[in-house]
Amino acid sequence: MSLLSVQGLRVEFPTRRGVLTALDGVSFDLDRGEILGLVGESGAGKSMTGAAIMGLIEPPGHMAGGQITLEGQRIDQHPERYRGSHIGMVFQDPLTSLNPLQRIGDQLMETLKIHHGLDDATAKRRAMQALDEVGIEGKRRDHYPHEFSGGMRQRVVIALALASDPKVLVADEPTTALDVSIQAQILALLKQLCRDRGTGIVLITHDMGVIAQTTDRVAVMYLGRLVELGATDQVIHQATHPYTQGLMASTPTLAGSVDQDLFQIPGAMPRLDAVPAGCAFHPRCDRAMPQCKTHAPEFDGRRACFWSES
Amino acid sequence: MSRWDSDFVYAFKRSPVACVSAGVVCLLVLAAVFAPWIAPLNPFDMAALNLMNGFTPPLAPNAFTGETFLLGTDDQGRDLFSAILYGLRVSLFVGFAAVALAMFLGVFLGLLAGYRGGWVDTLIMRMADVQVTFPSILIAMLIYGVAQGLIAPDNRGDLAIGILILSIGLSEWVQFARTVRGTTLVEKEKEYVQAARLMGLNPLAVMVRHILPNVTTPVLVIATITLALAIIAEATLSFLGVGAPPTEPSLGTLIRIGQDFLFSGEWWILLFPALTLLLLALSVNLLGDWLRDTLNPRLK
Amino acid sequence: MIYTLFQRVIQACFVLLLVALVAFSMFRFVGDPVQGMLGQEATSADREALRERLGLTDPIVLQYARFVLNAVQGEFGVSYRTGESVADMISQRLPATLELALISGTFALLLGIGLGVFTAIRREGFVAQSIMATSLVGVSLPTFLIGVLLIWVFAVELSWLPSFGRSGVVDLGGWSTSLLTVDGWRSLILPAITLGLYQMTLIMRLVRAEMLEVLRQDYIKFARARGISTRRIHFKHALKNTLIPVITVAGLQIGSIIAFSIITETVFQWPGVGLMFINAVYFVDIPVMSAYLLLVGVVFVSINLAVDLLYLVIDPRLKANASEGHS
Repeated sequence: MSLLSVQGLRVEFPTRRGVLTALDGVSFDLDRGEILGLVGESGAGKSMTGAAIMGLIEPPGHMAGGQITLEGQRIDQHPERYRGSHIGMVFQDPLTSLNPLQRIGDQLMETLKIHHGLDDATAKRRAMQALDEVGIEGKRRDHYPHEFSGGMRQRVVIALALASDPKVLVADEPTTALDVSIQAQILALLKQLCRDRGTGIVLITHDMGVIAQTTDRVAVMYLGRLVELGATDQVIHQATHPYTQGLMASTPTLAGSVDQDLFQIPGAMPRLDAVPAGCAFHPRCDRAMPQCKTHAPEFDGRRACFWSES
Repeated sequence: MSRWDSDFVYAFKRSPVACVSAGVVCLLVLAAVFAPWIAPLNPFDMAALNLMNGFTPPLAPNAFTGETFLLGTDDQGRDLFSAILYGLRVSLFVGFAAVALAMFLGVFLGLLAGYRGGWVDTLIMRMADVQVTFPSILIAMLIYGVAQGLIAPDNRGDLAIGILILSIGLSEWVQFARTVRGTTLVEKEKEYVQAARLMGLNPLAVMVRHILPNVTTPVLVIATITLALAIIAEATLSFLGVGAPPTEPSLGTLIRIGQDFLFSGEWWILLFPALTLLLLALSVNLLGDWLRDTLNPRLK
Repeated sequence: MIYTLFQRVIQACFVLLLVALVAFSMFRFVGDPVQGMLGQEATSADREALRERLGLTDPIVLQYARFVLNAVQGEFGVSYRTGESVADMISQRLPATLELALISGTFALLLGIGLGVFTAIRREGFVAQSIMATSLVGVSLPTFLIGVLLIWVFAVELSWLPSFGRSGVVDLGGWSTSLLTVDGWRSLILPAITLGLYQMTLIMRLVRAEMLEVLRQDYIKFARARGISTRRIHFKHALKNTLIPVITVAGLQIGSIIAFSIITETVFQWPGVGLMFINAVYFVDIPVMSAYLLLVGVVFVSINLAVDLLYLVIDPRLKANASEGHS
């Protein structure tokens, strides 16, 4: 039994001009200590998937189908029972993720007390311990968020998210707002903490570099649908879906030649109110076949595409 | 420009609040302007008053004379509907005149402060800072009191409306000045002003020609909001007895009179002037809010 | 921190001197003080003597300095109308105004914050929307009209509460209070609501707007993701962040309450300094007017100062800036 399992996830937003389907048939599993990357363009539904796992979809959006289970138990019906305690989350911008008027130690203690019912003294000790684990001196617990740099704040955010010993951590673009030199440190920290505790991570990012460096497996999303899923190495080097191949070809590498032109996927991802019939990617796909325009390919556990190499 | 116009008209037609409040304001302004022709009686014509008609309830014939009045009469037998129309006239006149004064003063001082900079700017804006610390109604009362002190007691009645306009106008200029100053500071640095200076043209004249069109929209919004404030200020001062003279009662004065008859049961003398004032203040307020949100969302 | 404090106090003193200058100019140049004190029958010799005695022949700067010095010692001259010492008049009437301001301010703040939070949290709800719609009418209703309407309903039609005056007053050695008797409270209710209603509406609308803004912030989302209860997020995390801008406005509203008490006190014939001021304006009693101006100036400037300092206490970010010596 896997740690976290998302099956046939469907999220809808009712609007005045009809119902928009933000996520459709998203399915994946996550094991203990594993890091699964969720990658795709802006608006592909990566963050929405994270929000669905947390049960934090903004109304009027709602889960319209599928189920999410944690260690075999359904959690999507009462997400508030698992949110923060069994599943933690880290957001993109550490500068705005912390309450500016509360000392970081108090924010930690608040979380610890709520989830573990600790008394003040124990909570305080645990808070210092948690700070220590992310590389912040315990005596800085009396400082306010504005007294930390961006990288340090993200450490605080991670300490907060992990304070309750969650089994799963959803990290939504955790390093996008940080300097490149800090990114690697934060990723290494995340990786190490989760390996030590056996926490599974869903790492949401648009940065293929982060994916390559950090994740064990990667799921590629396009317009609210999963298009490819596999071991990171395999997806990066032997992508089987035309979209993933385009994505890889459009990623600059240090090894690549300077004059080499990067590949561009033609066109742009359509808006949710104009999803093409058939395979959502077919208008931009250079290998589209007649059936792509009429039938949506099923996701077979590896990819969702009619085209095959052979 | 035409795009702005059509967008504006479109937004206006789409908003029922804006349409209704603009309609009510227009109706009240027209009623005030044409009061002498609409009003059944001239409430200031002592000869037309019949004390026997006093305290006639609305739409009921008077016990002695048998005359009927739409909204009843007050203690003097004055037709309330006519008195309200004439009161509206005074209230709106004072309101518009006070806003015009505040606008003229504020735009001028704002332009001057922004253009001259230095100590002139410091002086004007400091004055503005100190003045906004105090509520404008208090400033208006002080100005009113001082003006009364400077005028010989015999002339006070004749000049009362002028003093009222002056005190409200002087208490509301700051918003205009701040907005115009901000725009002036930006425009001053632009090349056309520098070019005008190089060509020997009077830069101030150039600025006036170019800046005033730029500030029309925010000034219009501020003017509408200020109009609501001025109308309320006028009514308040008149209600307190330090505003419109008894010979030219405004809506505030009528409410002051009506309050005296609450205990004796003549509720209409209070109610109708109060409703008129509320209708006026509410619709101008709503119109001002709508203009602000539509034309200039950043304006506080 | 100390530097900022010092800077603010200097600024406050500057504003007060300016207000004093206006008050002094009124006192000195509007009407003739000698005329006002002696009345019509005095001989010109009497006038000259008084002019000399009051120092009105001294250089203007000296007169201004003396005026300020007197004011600091609580000496504001005599009322032209009643011949009483203005300082005595004020000290007799101040308790009534301060109690009224205190009660209506508390009412405005508590109800304003409460309703503001409620209308923000239940933004879509029917009750919240009705409250918002009503508040628009409330903002347009002039204070005096609120008072008159309240009198009509609660004093005339229902006869529940007295329509004017301040009854049930108990003298506590120089401070007369109406807060110790039932009658006192009954006479306080309508004026306090009248005075506080506008400020209450204002605070409510502000709290609602700020609260909605704060609830959109990332740290609120993160707090939810950490599993903190909605209730705790609303009342602990969001409310405190909401209150920072609210404090400024609320502070300035306390000033307005003092000024608007003029209107309320007139409507309810409440024997405070506001009623004294409006009578002074009516009878062109310049010493009383200028003393009231000074009094209000001191109140306003101290409130502004207090708000600035409160800011420093509540917002740790400002404290950091202030301790660096420049804000």
